Amino acid sequence: MSINKQQDFGTPASAALQTVTLEIDGFKVTAPVGTSVMRAAASIGIDIPKLCATDSVEPFGSCRLCVVQIEGGRGMPASCTTPVAEGLKVSTQSPKLADVRRGVMELYISDHPLDCLTCSANGDCELQDMAGAVGLREVRYNPAGENHLSAVKDESNPYFSFDPSKCIVCSRCVRACEETQGTFALTIDGRGFDSKVSPSQNQSFLSSECVSCGACVQACPTATLMEKSVIDHGQPEHAIVTTCAYCGVGCSFRAEMKGEQVIRMVPNKDGQANHGHSCVKGRFAFGYATHKDRVTKPMIRANISDPWKEVSWEEAINHAASELRRLQGKYGKDSIGSITSSRCTNEEVYLMQKLTRAGFGNNNVDTCARVCHSPTGYGLKQTFGESSGTQDFDSVMEADVIMVIGANPTDGHPVFASLMKKRLREGANLIVVDPRQIDLVKTPHVAADYHLKLRPSTNVALMNALAYVVVTENLVDEAFVNERCDMASFNKWRSFISQDMHSPEAAETITGVPAADVRAAARLYATGKNSAIYYGLGVTEHSQGSTTVISIANLAMATGNLGRKGVGVNPLRGQNNVQGSCDMGSFPHEYPGYRHVSDDITRGLFETTWHKELSPEPGLRIPNMFEAAIDKSFMGLYVQGEDIAQSDPDIQHVHAALRSMECVIVQDLFLNETAKFAHVFFPGSSFLEKNGTFTNAERRISPVRKVMTPLAKYQDWEVTQMLSNAMGYPMNYNHPSEIMAELASLTPTFAGVSYEKIDQLGSIQWPCNDETPNGTPIMHKDEFMRDDGKGLFMLTGYVPTAEKVTPKFPLILTTGRILSQYNVGAQTRRTDNNVWHAEDILEIHPHDAEDRGVNNQDWVGIKSRSGETVLRALISERVQPGIVYTTFHFPESGANVITTDNSDWATNCPEYKVTAVQVTKVSQQSEWQKDYQAFSEDQLDLLAQGMAHD
Amino acid sequence: MSNKTEKLVKMANDISNFFNAESNKTLAAEGVKKHIMRAWEPRMRKEIIEYSQKDGTGLSTLATEAIKLLAID
Repeated sequence: MSINKQQDFGTPASAALQTVTLEIDGFKVTAPVGTSVMRAAASIGIDIPKLCATDSVEPFGSCRLCVVQIEGGRGMPASCTTPVAEGLKVSTQSPKLADVRRGVMELYISDHPLDCLTCSANGDCELQDMAGAVGLREVRYNPAGENHLSAVKDESNPYFSFDPSKCIVCSRCVRACEETQGTFALTIDGRGFDSKVSPSQNQSFLSSECVSCGACVQACPTATLMEKSVIDHGQPEHAIVTTCAYCGVGCSFRAEMKGEQVIRMVPNKDGQANHGHSCVKGRFAFGYATHKDRVTKPMIRANISDPWKEVSWEEAINHAASELRRLQGKYGKDSIGSITSSRCTNEEVYLMQKLTRAGFGNNNVDTCARVCHSPTGYGLKQTFGESSGTQDFDSVMEADVIMVIGANPTDGHPVFASLMKKRLREGANLIVVDPRQIDLVKTPHVAADYHLKLRPSTNVALMNALAYVVVTENLVDEAFVNERCDMASFNKWRSFISQDMHSPEAAETITGVPAADVRAAARLYATGKNSAIYYGLGVTEHSQGSTTVISIANLAMATGNLGRKGVGVNPLRGQNNVQGSCDMGSFPHEYPGYRHVSDDITRGLFETTWHKELSPEPGLRIPNMFEAAIDKSFMGLYVQGEDIAQSDPDIQHVHAALRSMECVIVQDLFLNETAKFAHVFFPGSSFLEKNGTFTNAERRISPVRKVMTPLAKYQDWEVTQMLSNAMGYPMNYNHPSEIMAELASLTPTFAGVSYEKIDQLGSIQWPCNDETPNGTPIMHKDEFMRDDGKGLFMLTGYVPTAEKVTPKFPLILTTGRILSQYNVGAQTRRTDNNVWHAEDILEIHPHDAEDRGVNNQDWVGIKSRSGETVLRALISERVQPGIVYTTFHFPESGANVITTDNSDWATNCPEYKVTAVQVTKVSQQSEWQKDYQAFSEDQLDLLAQGMAHD
Repeated sequence: MSNKTEKLVKMANDISNFFNAESNKTLAAEGVKKHIMRAWEPRMRKEIIEYSQKDGTGLSTLATEAIKLLAID
């Protein structure tokens, strides 16, 4: 293995189809129009010296190192800014060019520390490389002259250092921050000799607007911006391409290693989801994988009040199998079940549902998508015929109008947000539908044309109002609808939606959004050449989550915004493998590929392959499992990689359910909140310790590769297999590729997927079969995936939520996430990301704060019908009066103590986004927080006792 | 009514609220029935049918009609 550095072509590729042919150093080269001479040269192996150019940002032409000579041309133009032209004859080497380059390098080196041997970039420094390339042998300038060698380092960022003494002011970092990330946190301050890179207004990196995405570090050609892990450990010696385990963007990374130690995670330039970009989580927050809190030995105990006992894998597996069989003997076959995780690989999820359906003999398997995007699965399956988004991420670059509904991409899906912002800077229009002022509403060089600031829970009313305008103002794409959609359903829908009760004027009383804005936004969406909808949990996590998804699908179909680039309905999936975990059949009513368990033909296929008769009845969903547990009819649960004791709503009810069960098996990296209620603990493996695949929000199946030995010996799929064998249902896979092969043989949309093909193509977007052997970036191009090929319109009546504000609970609490933390925080809380967000806080509008005498940083009690918790207050105009907002990344916050058991009518996805609360100034933690803290401390003590006996 | 039954009643009513947009109430009831049939575990279906037949308080008109169809299946 080697580090195998990725080639830098110097300037970005041109997308032009027309090509020209030129001659470089006597070699003919054909390149697309718009390609730079530098890139054309690099494409045939001629590396022109360069410093300020890199292929992730547009050329700048400042360093003058890449000068070339062109026959018949004047002077020595920079090859990075000179486009190719037909018949051009270019020389990249000549004595004159060599003189100029040496002179340029001499000037750079005259103000650069000569500490190469002890420099952290030694061996990976472009300045060093260029000095060698141009043959610099001496620096004639007086070293005692004015210089920047004593400039002070900025060590404020936990992950990288900024050493201005090594800066050559090439502006690559500034341009990366602007062009790649779109934050514009960096600038060149001063002029001439005083020019220097400056975060924001001469601030430290940590206190600036920098979001720590790492684009600047990636772009830096010297040791000026350098990962602290490289400073500490030295340069990596080999690299393995794998896929990030954080959000649903699914960025491809090179894990750069030294032996089994990850030195750094570098975004893969060839990554088809991220194109070489990253965010603070994927780029830097991987330290949790080797955190001291990892539990690496299997453990068992009889009661949750007992100390844990470390045991061998064999004992733990046999104990778990015996307990599950005991429970089935005592309470019936249907008394046990499992929960799969969107953080685990496709292959692990597939095995979990197989174990449940074939090994347990029931369909009591559910997944954490239950609490996030299950309404997406339902709504898009009903209307389009497939439970997935319609586009690839790159499609956004052809969108003319972008509507973002209930999503906060800059925090939740930051790498995709950067791509979206790039398109918005190019001039696409933006409509934001969100109760809160998310960053996208106004961010550098981006401003929403319309921010429809609706009241939480009124999505359907707003979507219906948009559709009303489309229908009543004759903005329907009749040709598309006639050709592509089920006309009976369309005619019924048209008649339904044109009723005046759906008009923007009528809806205004419900949503609070001015009718004129709704009308204007609807016209913009309907008449934009390409209009695309992106949505998130602000759509799904409502009692009408599925209805809103359906209304989005209706709107896209009515306006013909489906089936080509630049348009579509795009759910932004929260976790890395939400799409995949759903695809793999972890809903209790569906086999892999979203086929109902009652379908005899499908069930027969699985029965034949699995050699087991399978139940035709749907199993229990997660909330139904809890109800059944309290009812003493569901007594055993195997949870892989999920933390339901923190993430699920009405958490006191969840805790009661967990306490009711006789055997809770948790498989996780850490003793998470759920494990505190468990009887068996299987230590899990991180994404760095396993092979498999993740499927991102654009249906892209990407490789996950083992870069280190599992700390607890086994990959997670191996543990599930051992448990299955111990329960008497044999599984004999030697590698996850065999699991994928089985899935592909049973699932038409995956029929063409194999590890060999993933390796060959880098990733594959399903459907992938004989018709689309290389996958499907854009779905529903010619017809929808319903049986008749037609898109189905459905009626979407607005039904007010049961969660009402009252004088006792006058505010609406809504929840979301923040850039630096991830979901329940189990991973990011164990990294330095805490410097940005060390606790959950409550955002409250100044008017509501003033009414309650609340100041910034005050402790405030938040009380709902379900419970009470206490957080610190942040007074913010990002929320409207009457609405408060918090995140849910810290268990002690108890955000889900307050949320209710209201849920989506179709899928039971919890209504996290709407909880009526009262907020008051308090001086201490809530009773729940005190009790839970005591319980949690006891559990950690029981863990320590178990480990001490080892 | 137990807490568990109460939740099933709420779920059935929530499903019915969606299908209430359908003006043809026969189709609406069929839609509710089909949804429950495909999504609810048999124990839940049995419980809501029994509750509907014994008492039924709290169930909406459409939910009640749908559960009657469910019982026939």
